[in-house]
Order: sequence, then C-alpha cells, then structure tokens
Amino acid sequence: MSYSKEQVRGLLLKLADMIDENKQMLTDLDAAIGDGDHGHNMARGFDAARVKLAQGPAEQDAEAMLKATAMALISNVGGAAGPLYGTLFLKGAATVKGKEELGLPDLADFLKAGIEGVQLRGKAILGEKTMLDVLIPVQAAIAADAEAGEPAVQSLEKAAALARACAEKTKEIVATKGRASYLGERSIGHIDPGAMSSCLMIEKLAGLVKGG
Amino acid sequence: MKKLINKPENVVDEMLEGLELAYPQYLRRLENLEVMVRSNKKEGKVALVSGGGSGHEPSHAGFVGCGMLDAAVCGPVFTSPTPDQVFEAIKAVQTDAGVLLVIKNYTGDVMNFEMAMEMAEAEGIKVAKVVVDDDVAVMNSTWTVGRRGIAGTVLVHKIAGAAAEAGKSLEEVQAIGEKVIKNIRTMGMALTPCIVPAAGKPNFTLEEDEMEMGLGIHGEPGVRKEKIRTADEVVEELVGRVLEDQPLQAGDEVAVLVNGLGGTPLMELFIMNRKVNAILTAMGVKIHDTNVGNYMTSIEMAGASVSILKLDDELKGYYGAKADTVAYKHF
Repeated sequence: MSYSKEQVRGLLLKLADMIDENKQMLTDLDAAIGDGDHGHNMARGFDAARVKLAQGPAEQDAEAMLKATAMALISNVGGAAGPLYGTLFLKGAATVKGKEELGLPDLADFLKAGIEGVQLRGKAILGEKTMLDVLIPVQAAIAADAEAGEPAVQSLEKAAALARACAEKTKEIVATKGRASYLGERSIGHIDPGAMSSCLMIEKLAGLVKGG
Repeated sequence: MKKLINKPENVVDEMLEGLELAYPQYLRRLENLEVMVRSNKKEGKVALVSGGGSGHEPSHAGFVGCGMLDAAVCGPVFTSPTPDQVFEAIKAVQTDAGVLLVIKNYTGDVMNFEMAMEMAEAEGIKVAKVVVDDDVAVMNSTWTVGRRGIAGTVLVHKIAGAAAEAGKSLEEVQAIGEKVIKNIRTMGMALTPCIVPAAGKPNFTLEEDEMEMGLGIHGEPGVRKEKIRTADEVVEELVGRVLEDQPLQAGDEVAVLVNGLGGTPLMELFIMNRKVNAILTAMGVKIHDTNVGNYMTSIEMAGASVSILKLDDELKGYYGAKADTVAYKHF
C-alpha cells in the first residue's frame, strides 16, 4: 500500500461518514456506562473536520490534513474524546511531515506517536477499558508486520479483526478511567465507547485499503 | 420527550442568547462563542474562569458577576467545552493579576481546561487551576478517576471569587480555593433520570418506587439503586455519608447548601433542609448559613444534593463578602 495525499483526504472523509453512520450505536454504548454523548460528539467533530478539509488549499499535504482534522476534533468534540482523539491525530500528524507517499511503516509510526500523546493526555495505560485497549495491540501488530515486510492489505485485515476482538474484550474489564469508573463493577458487560470508535476506525481503514 | 425547546442542536446557543437579553447588566456573550463574561470588568484582580457542560444551570453562567466568576464557558449539554473556547474566555477576562480556572473533576473537563491552560501559558498569560472533587458518593476513589465535582463548586466560586474581588494574588486565591475544596463534602441522589435534548430519551430508567443514591449530575447511572424512602431517611443517608468522610464535632461551624437537581420542587428541598438542620444541631454543630435552591442542576432530574462546608474565620470572611450575580446574591 502506498497512499498519496489525495487518498489521505479521501480516507479522512470516509472516516467522517463512518462516524456519522455509527453515531447512534456509539451513543448507546456511552449511555450504558457514561453520559450518552460519545457518538454525537464524535460526529460533530468529524463534520467540522470535513468542512475544514474542504476549506483547506487543494495542495495541502497529508500532515496539514491530519493536523486540520486534529484541530477540528479538539475544537468540536469536547468531553474526553475531543482532547484524546485530537491529540492522537495531532501527534500522529507530526510523524508524516514531508512524506509524499504513506505506507504501512508510516501508519505504525503515526499510531505510535498518537498513542504516546493519548497516554500523556489521558494518563491511562493498557487494560483500563479505554481506546488504548484497541490502539496499543493494533499498533504493535501493524509495527511487527511492517518490520516483516508484510503487505498492507493483509496486515490491516488482521488488525481489523484484532481491533474488534480487543473492543469486545473491554466488556470484561472494570472501568477505572472516565465517567464509567463511577460504576465500578456495573461497567462489566459493556464495551467501552472509545474502544469501539477506535475499532471502527481501524476496520474502516482496512476496508478502504482492501477496496482500493 | 416533552421539552420547551426549539431544535435540540440549538439549545445552548439559544439559552445563552436569552440569558444575555435577560441580564445584560451582569453578563455579556463573547461573539460567536459559548462564553459569558462579566459585563463590568474589574481591572487588576485575579480573574476566575469556570464552566463545563451545559445542563447544570444556573451553573456556571449564573455565577458570573461581582464577587464570583469573570467568565463561564458553556459546552454542549453534559459535554466539556473545548480548549479554544476556554482559551478565548481566559484572554477576554485576563488581567495582570492572572487567571484562576475552577475545574470540576471530570476527565473531559480536566483535559480540555488543561489544554486551554497550556495554550494560555504559551502566550505568557499567568494561569493557575483548582480542581473540585467534593462528591463523596464514590467511596474508593483509588479505582476511579477520583471524586466528581458537583454542587460544592458553587461555594468555591463564592469564596475564591471574594478573595479575588478583594485583590488577593493568584497564589492566594488558588490557596483559598484549595481550602474550600478540602473542607467541603457533598452527596446527592435522584428520583428520576434526565433527558439530554440531543438524545431524546433518558440514559437509564428508575422504577416508580426507586431512587438512585450517589448519582452524578450528567445523567450517568449512579452508585446504587434502591427503593425510595422518606425525605428524613434520605437526608440521614446523605448527611451520614458526608459526615463519615469529614467528621464534625460540637462547636464546629458550617455552611450548608441544599441543592435541587432541577426537577424537585422547592417545597421538598426545604423539607430536606429541616432534617439537615436537625441532624447538625443535635450534634452541636453551628450552622452559620444555609442556601436552598437550584444551584447545580441536571436538566430536569428530580433529586437533590447536600453540601456541608466546614468554616474557619478566613472562609467565613470571604463567604460573607458581597456577591452580585444572576443566581447568587449576598449583600
């Protein structure tokens, strides 16, 4: 896989569509263990990203587009998801600076930097029922595949399945971060909304890379 | 869902418009932002900026004015405002004395306000923060993100706001705010859930004969559901939990805040206060002052919280200082 900046734009717009399509489901997950706004907040943020991308110069590179997406999320999502996803895209954007074509190793680097930013901002680690429970294992798998020279389509197909499994697994974890933490044991049996939105993004990426 | 609104996506914008039109002598709105600032800026004093998700009115815009807040940042309903809005608020009200952020302890609020603080500091603005975590409902906060900030925040606005109005330095105002936080405890409960306009239905249900103890103010499920009891019994539990966390002795002086969550009639809040007063008086605790009303609501949730602030002379002094805002006045 080698993505050009036009394809990055297309990918971001497709992510926005996907979030919009899934906003009710994400909100329902958030209603169970949070305050029921994750889907609507994310949709609002990605709608703003769409506008920002359309407004930007046609020539803007991948870094600029990812940064614009980050700022749109930070300025429009709110809650905990805004700073976290905003930081993910912002820190990730810095890693693609100057790159004309993006491949699997670049995705691994993007996610690595993004994850570090999310950890610093949100002060969570793996296993605390958050988006990191999807992103960390997925990044590790993609990085290993990139190292081994595996084709992107295969790697991302596996990553999507891994993401789904990891999101499902958050059901078993007691929440200790975010609003769900006040539910304690009652949070068991419910998927973390942030883990689900991360899973959906990985699945969408895999689908687009496969579909061309 | 029966609400007196127009389109759900416009509730905050229209609310702020209506608020400004009603009380221009107290506050004005920053253009194209969901930020309300004090109409008559007082130069040279520490500026207090607070806020959070909307749906808790009068918190926080209702406390913008003399002796309390200089700016309130209003996020979407139950959603933390974004850093850019908080940053604009900071820039609009800053003085040479600096800015104090009063943040309620929720992951989103803390992250968004912290990001705004970073943005402000990058521009050379002096900013400090206090994080309010007065809710005792969650017992073992080691396993959570810590205690939530609820109605006690209003007394932080009042007391830290008074210190700022009196010309204290940023460090002093922050210290006073921290002192209030250390000495105030709150516990709440709910009889009914609330409905976020964008969602159209409540997050959870309570049976006709159920109540939820330790419910947060964002419509999230609380700590424990149980069969409803009498007002006196409910107050005994709320006050009991508050005192368990911060014991009081005979001779101690306190300020009490009986706060309605929006859907509970004043009649019931006063009935609750009768019992609060009885419990404290029987202990030999002196109630210096009481406030009863809707200060930090949860849209239309039926329910209430009780806050008890342990006072010393310093806190009493600032507590008794003048405040003139839409929702809290003291002369």
